[in-house]
Amino acid sequence: MTAQADDIRLAEVAAPAKAETPLRRFVAEFTESKLASGAFLVFLVIAFVAVFAPWIAPTDPYDLATVTVMDARLPPGAESLDGRIFWLGTDGAGRDLLSAIMYGLRISLGVGVMSGLIAMLIGSLVGLTAAYYGGRVDTVIMRIVDIQLSFPAILVALVLLAILGKGVDKILVALVTVQWAYYARTIRASALVERSREYVEAATCLALGHRRILLHHLLPNCLPPLIVVVTVQTAHAISLEATLSFLGIGLPITEPSLGLLIANGFDYMLSLKYWISVYPGVALLVTIVAINLVGDRLRDVLNPRLQR
Amino acid sequence: MATAGPTLVVRGLKTHFFTRAGQVKAVDDVSFEVGRGEIMGLVGESGSGKTVTGFSILGLVDPPGRVVAGEVLFNGENLVGLDEERMRRLRGDRIAMIFQDPMMTLNPVLRIDTQMIETVQAHREVDHAEARRLARDALGRVGIPSPDERLKAYPHQFSGGMRQRVAIAIALLNRPDLIIADEPTTALDVTIQGQILYEAQKLCRESGTAMIWITHDLAVVAGLAERICVMYAGRIVEQGAIDGVLDRPVHPYTRGLIGSVPSHNPRDGGRGGRLFQIPGMTPSLLSLPPGCAFRERCPRADDACAVDPEITRPLAGREVRCFHPHLETAA
Amino acid sequence: MTVFIIRRLMQSAIVVLVMSLLVFVGVNIVGDPVDMMVNPEADQSEIERVKREFGLDRPVHEQYGLFVYNALHGDLGKSFKFGVPALKLIVQRMPATLELAVAALLLAIVMGIPLGVYAGLKPDSLAAKSIMAGSILGFSLPTFWVGIMLIMVVAVMLGWLPSTGRGDTVEVLGLHLSFLTLDGLSHLLLPAINLSLFKLSLVIRLARAGTREVIHQDYIKFARAKGLAESRVVLVHVLKNIMIPVVTVLGLEFGGLIAFSVVTETVFAWPGMGKLIIDSIRELDRPVVVAYLMIVVLMFVVINLVVDIVYSLLDPRVRIQDVKS
Repeated sequence: MTAQADDIRLAEVAAPAKAETPLRRFVAEFTESKLASGAFLVFLVIAFVAVFAPWIAPTDPYDLATVTVMDARLPPGAESLDGRIFWLGTDGAGRDLLSAIMYGLRISLGVGVMSGLIAMLIGSLVGLTAAYYGGRVDTVIMRIVDIQLSFPAILVALVLLAILGKGVDKILVALVTVQWAYYARTIRASALVERSREYVEAATCLALGHRRILLHHLLPNCLPPLIVVVTVQTAHAISLEATLSFLGIGLPITEPSLGLLIANGFDYMLSLKYWISVYPGVALLVTIVAINLVGDRLRDVLNPRLQR
Repeated sequence: MATAGPTLVVRGLKTHFFTRAGQVKAVDDVSFEVGRGEIMGLVGESGSGKTVTGFSILGLVDPPGRVVAGEVLFNGENLVGLDEERMRRLRGDRIAMIFQDPMMTLNPVLRIDTQMIETVQAHREVDHAEARRLARDALGRVGIPSPDERLKAYPHQFSGGMRQRVAIAIALLNRPDLIIADEPTTALDVTIQGQILYEAQKLCRESGTAMIWITHDLAVVAGLAERICVMYAGRIVEQGAIDGVLDRPVHPYTRGLIGSVPSHNPRDGGRGGRLFQIPGMTPSLLSLPPGCAFRERCPRADDACAVDPEITRPLAGREVRCFHPHLETAA
Repeated sequence: MTVFIIRRLMQSAIVVLVMSLLVFVGVNIVGDPVDMMVNPEADQSEIERVKREFGLDRPVHEQYGLFVYNALHGDLGKSFKFGVPALKLIVQRMPATLELAVAALLLAIVMGIPLGVYAGLKPDSLAAKSIMAGSILGFSLPTFWVGIMLIMVVAVMLGWLPSTGRGDTVEVLGLHLSFLTLDGLSHLLLPAINLSLFKLSLVIRLARAGTREVIHQDYIKFARAKGLAESRVVLVHVLKNIMIPVVTVLGLEFGGLIAFSVVTETVFAWPGMGKLIIDSIRELDRPVVVAYLMIVVLMFVVINLVVDIVYSLLDPRVRIQDVKS
């Protein structure tokens, strides 16, 4: 502490705390940032589109009956042969890009979120176990976590996919493997802090089972940092999946994610048919940036050290 | 090169902090003088504003604070509002400061010689070897053994007492006219403290350097300073020659301070008696009531104290801010 | 100090061993081991012959032993597609990848640190806020998409730089380096920028956070009290304190750069290791895949080890020295 700060600190009086619940305070602080609030709304819109894509998309781009190659590579705003407007143009096979993007969002977001949830479950269990049992168990687990984390995500994914091959389940395995370690480490850190707190000692004294203590007592208090990690990791997972699909080793063509759409459009870049790659890219971008902004703000709000 | 007349004249200095919680008047109308070669003790509890006074003189008050009024005449030149480049040239050269915690004031990743040499080279055109020689001599003067090796060391390799000596050496490097020492011995143990006090006195006497010694410890000031200023809640409540103030304190707060020093508490034949304490707590500078800041804790306070007391001179060479000073003979 | 190094060396050796085991298990037990050795289009008698020749009818642990033995002698199999030893193929491509990775790292440092320090010194200025917003974009944007955009805008629409491939090279000490020629540089610039983006954002945020933390410390105030010029305060006192965490993170991330070059190389058709591995995975050229994995793992472990040692050298507080008192 600086000498000057000491003087001021002693002089400042804490304003009396208003009667408000932690949740309300959290929401108020979060929405202080217009940017983050906007990002959250955008994310809600995207999630909505992703979930309801089959119902709100103008066409089903994968229904071969409605797609004809005569419509291929039309620029945004062009009309199809039967009078429908392709708001974002069409791709190389004549599919409406807007619909393709909506379906793509569905897949990208779905895979990203699902892998995140599974990774969170596995990571949390491992982290909690390590924190709770301590000692050798903890050391061994954390060694594994550290080693896994010292390898970049894309390398781990490459290794796994090279061995396992293609398929949605394989991608999920790869994405989960890449993420679980972050969750494990975060949960373990919070759990260690909580573990030394008194209420755990009390619960142990009451001879509650290990599992009960873990699930009902430790876990709820570890939630704040976990929430932050979830947002950041989900954004990474979505980005990673798109990258893998773009490279051609990700999701198969039957599950066309945004990455695949972008890859398909790549060939047309040189002939300036930019929309085929750019619009799916923008959709991907907006999704990731929105999630990251929300996560950034969450981190600032939930971080006790930055409390002013 | 000091001119005739006092080295430092502070008049009506006010430094306020504009925080979100409100305005903090850390230094509220402070005035004093320090003559050439004189050692002045600036005494007060934590939060009384003494450190901020020191920073205000050097122009190192960080936002949200700033000097809002007053003059600081250093060798006749007003430092308040002085342009930054001129101020920078004075700092470390004509006016030096010693901070309270030497571990935090020395940069942990730079060597001692780097930190000393840069102080010299910032103010004079000397080459590296010459600057190094000056640094080595300075270390020798403060009593650090094998200075050549010590120069190559890092701060964490020194003990607390040594580090503070290094800080003093740095302050002395350019032979300043004024040294502001902010609680330099608080973090040290008593024997080291004694040595450093002795050396500080010697240096001032020999080189004519004026010194402001900021502390909360009356015992330290008693053996060291010639004049003393007692600060409370941002104001100087009493100032005068050291012997006079300590033997015959006039302001109730000064009385309380001196009274709470254990050696001043012989009661009923010695040990076991309760130590005297000033009742109450230091007020928050955010919510100071108008009038005398010591009101709430003063046994002599009455309605007259609801107004800010002006400075009066009840005795020769003594200034005090009080409506009810202790003017009876020493108790 | 030496104890520390030895311990880390042993840990690294264990990691490499474990990885080799994992790769071996993965390919030979999860995948079909014969695919490793044989062209996917071989007939049955060929398969039988290969099995006997490579001892695939032997017990698993013998096979692993053979694998390790071969690996230590530099034999990691032959590429199906090219017919040359996989190791040789990869080593040939390494300079291109390293060149790209180093260029990206330099860009990240040279641009990132000044930007981050500035944002830390004047956090409320418009410039600082834009820099921070930019940094969020920098690590959110998927690298491959930025690459595509760069090609489209700079190469196709504006025509300032070539869009794909590597430029002319100059041979230095047996390595072919392209940044020494003007043509080479112009080809290097876009992919290097693309690859550096993620790290750049990271460096900016680190530098900013470090600066904000350091600038309020007492020793900075003391430096000012000594009358040092503000430029020296920032460039020497602040910078040296933030360099340590920045350099450590960057060192660890260098391996990530090499791994991530996979994407940039594919987008820009840069002939490095990364493009090779992607093509090999797609074309099922397993020996090359295995060789790449082993080499990259080895590189990683070595880099981590080096960074650990360098860090302990850089931070004087970590060094244990004798103090003659």
